[in-house]
Amino acid sequence: MSFPWAEHYTPKHPVMQWIDEKLPLPRLVYNAVGAGYPVPRNLNYFWNFGVLAGLALVIQIVTGVIMAMHYGANTLVAFGTVEQTMRDVNAGWLMRYAHANGASFFFIVVYLHIFRGLFYGSYKAPREMVWLLGLVIFLLMMATAFMGYVLPWGQMSYWGAKVITGLFGAIPVVGEPIQTWLLGGFAPGNASLNRFFSLHFLLPFVIAAVVILHIWALHIPGSSNPTGVEVKGPQDTVPFHPYYTAKDGFGAGVFLILFSILLFFAPNYLGHPDNYIEANPLSTPAHIVPEWYFWPFYAILRAFTVDFFFVPAKLLGVLAMFSAILMLFFLPWLDTSPVRSGNYRPTFKKFFWILIIDVLILGYCGGAPAEEPYVMISQIAGAYYFAHFLIILPLISRFERPLPLPGSITESVLNRQNIKGEQDALPGMGADPQPSNAG
Amino acid sequence: MVRIGAFLVGLFFAGWLLISFLVGAVAYVSEPPAKTVEHEFHKHPKDVDFSFDGPFGKFDRPQLQRGFQVFKEVCSACHSLKFVAFRDLAALGYNEAEIKAIAKQWAIKTPDVDPKTGEMSTRDPVPADYFPKPFANNVAAAAANNNAIPPDLSLMTKARHDGSAYVYSLITGYQSQPAELLKHFPDAKTPEGLHYNPYFANLNLAMAPPLTADGQVTYGDGTKATVDQMAKDVAAFLTWTAEPKLENRRRAGLATIVFLLIATALAYMSYQNIWADKKKAA
Repeated sequence: MSFPWAEHYTPKHPVMQWIDEKLPLPRLVYNAVGAGYPVPRNLNYFWNFGVLAGLALVIQIVTGVIMAMHYGANTLVAFGTVEQTMRDVNAGWLMRYAHANGASFFFIVVYLHIFRGLFYGSYKAPREMVWLLGLVIFLLMMATAFMGYVLPWGQMSYWGAKVITGLFGAIPVVGEPIQTWLLGGFAPGNASLNRFFSLHFLLPFVIAAVVILHIWALHIPGSSNPTGVEVKGPQDTVPFHPYYTAKDGFGAGVFLILFSILLFFAPNYLGHPDNYIEANPLSTPAHIVPEWYFWPFYAILRAFTVDFFFVPAKLLGVLAMFSAILMLFFLPWLDTSPVRSGNYRPTFKKFFWILIIDVLILGYCGGAPAEEPYVMISQIAGAYYFAHFLIILPLISRFERPLPLPGSITESVLNRQNIKGEQDALPGMGADPQPSNAG
Repeated sequence: MVRIGAFLVGLFFAGWLLISFLVGAVAYVSEPPAKTVEHEFHKHPKDVDFSFDGPFGKFDRPQLQRGFQVFKEVCSACHSLKFVAFRDLAALGYNEAEIKAIAKQWAIKTPDVDPKTGEMSTRDPVPADYFPKPFANNVAAAAANNNAIPPDLSLMTKARHDGSAYVYSLITGYQSQPAELLKHFPDAKTPEGLHYNPYFANLNLAMAPPLTADGQVTYGDGTKATVDQMAKDVAAFLTWTAEPKLENRRRAGLATIVFLLIATALAYMSYQNIWADKKKAA
């Protein structure tokens, strides 16, 4: 699962030789994230976010396991045990704030990772499986984050759980029994809290497993790159280690600095004050809002205000919200342009930036109260979101005239290093949709 | 097939959202949503400076002690502080003997079980105890307070936007209802038993003004106990109860970030060093 010129693992130390004979684990690591994995030499900083997402997952698991040692999954004590962690556990405040803000940073880097994939067409053949597994990770992350937010059993925990499980109640006929079954009762209660805790502990390890599949699937064709032109020979690649381990080390440093600024100096900035009030089923908060990373989807949910004949608006909103993510599974077959990188797709590029602005607007509206003009704005923005992926993108791929691609990765690097703009690329080179000599 | 299906789904969702938009827009224009009294008269917390503002701010220990005194002599009659223990007061600068005395003399006693008879009883709190609650339960609290339950104050400054300033503004914000308000919203007259306060979310608050006169509390350190000063002090104290580790957090943060800046600079240099041949020769 690598290029023929990949370096081979030759253990020098007798202990490593002994291990490698019995269990070739060092070899596996060497070929996965060591010198044995040749990577395009022209990756930009957007290619750092995969490793950073892995780092964020590790931070979440470490802080989360420690938090679980001090947590009581019972509605009578949950809120108090979280407070006790903050006050009486050694560095408990650090674990708690790192975990809460770590979730936000996990989503920040994953959204940037998805942004990279969307712009550079990383989802296209031969990397469809990488994209699909990435979406599975994204869905698992959303489920995990949602259940994690319920655990402190504050007001937003309780009412968020009520609203989100209430979405299933919108399904005709079987909706309410499903909602009751999910919650283990008619409203969020002790049974819900216990199962959410159990699943919140389990799912990160499922995510870790899918991450392994994601990386495995990536290593079949090898990493994509900003030109979207496939690797043609040894001159196009560098070994992952030390070239990209060094670059990722720097990226991890920047990530940790930004994370620390938020964690140590504004740890509650991204949270909602209401979650410092213990859950009270008798008092509904003025505005029930999820965490910021769900806002774009929450805006789509709330944008459906008019019934479609016999289909109630609420059900439409639920369907649209799930479709907003699930439709991304079809993306590799909706965008049929053989050119991967947005840099060589002038029309795609314009609409892509409109999409980014559109998602930011949706996010803003999702965090705002459910009143005008935010609902009207989310309706327009939501309409564009669906139109972009389902209508505009297939049409662009059909009619767009892409710019000429560079002949190879090395050529594009040389051009950039020589006189800029002298000759951007060789004319008339088509894209190379075939998987290169990999496998 | 995929593209035809996608096209239809996209057309449906986008189209129906645009129709919903038109329906909403027509309603918005023909019948603009009425302004609510909260929207018009609710105020954001006042601008107030605290010693712990900013990334390097620290608690002012004498101020925390004064704030604790206000809590003890005024607030604690109705409000609990259930996540704070007497032993935690060491962070305010009290020594062990002082904390023991504070606990022993606390007006509210700690519920306990008589070790001989097993009957419910009470005893003097000790430093290990959390601050005892003023009411046995929510029913008792509501009964004694015109049907409103005084909220626990441990986390109050984190449970409201701009919490420290909020507490200060709320305590100093009581006023009579503006004539303007009654003119535009005649139905919004403050009900009997409630008190108008523009810093409270729905403008009418069950709590009577807690600090009414200068000198309500006599400070041991000679600070003049104006209402403004007392409100500020108790807001500072409640900031400490909500985030007792604030100073540790900022200190740890500074050290972490300095370390990370150095580590990241080194990482950048090794990155440049490793790539030097590739960037140059190519």
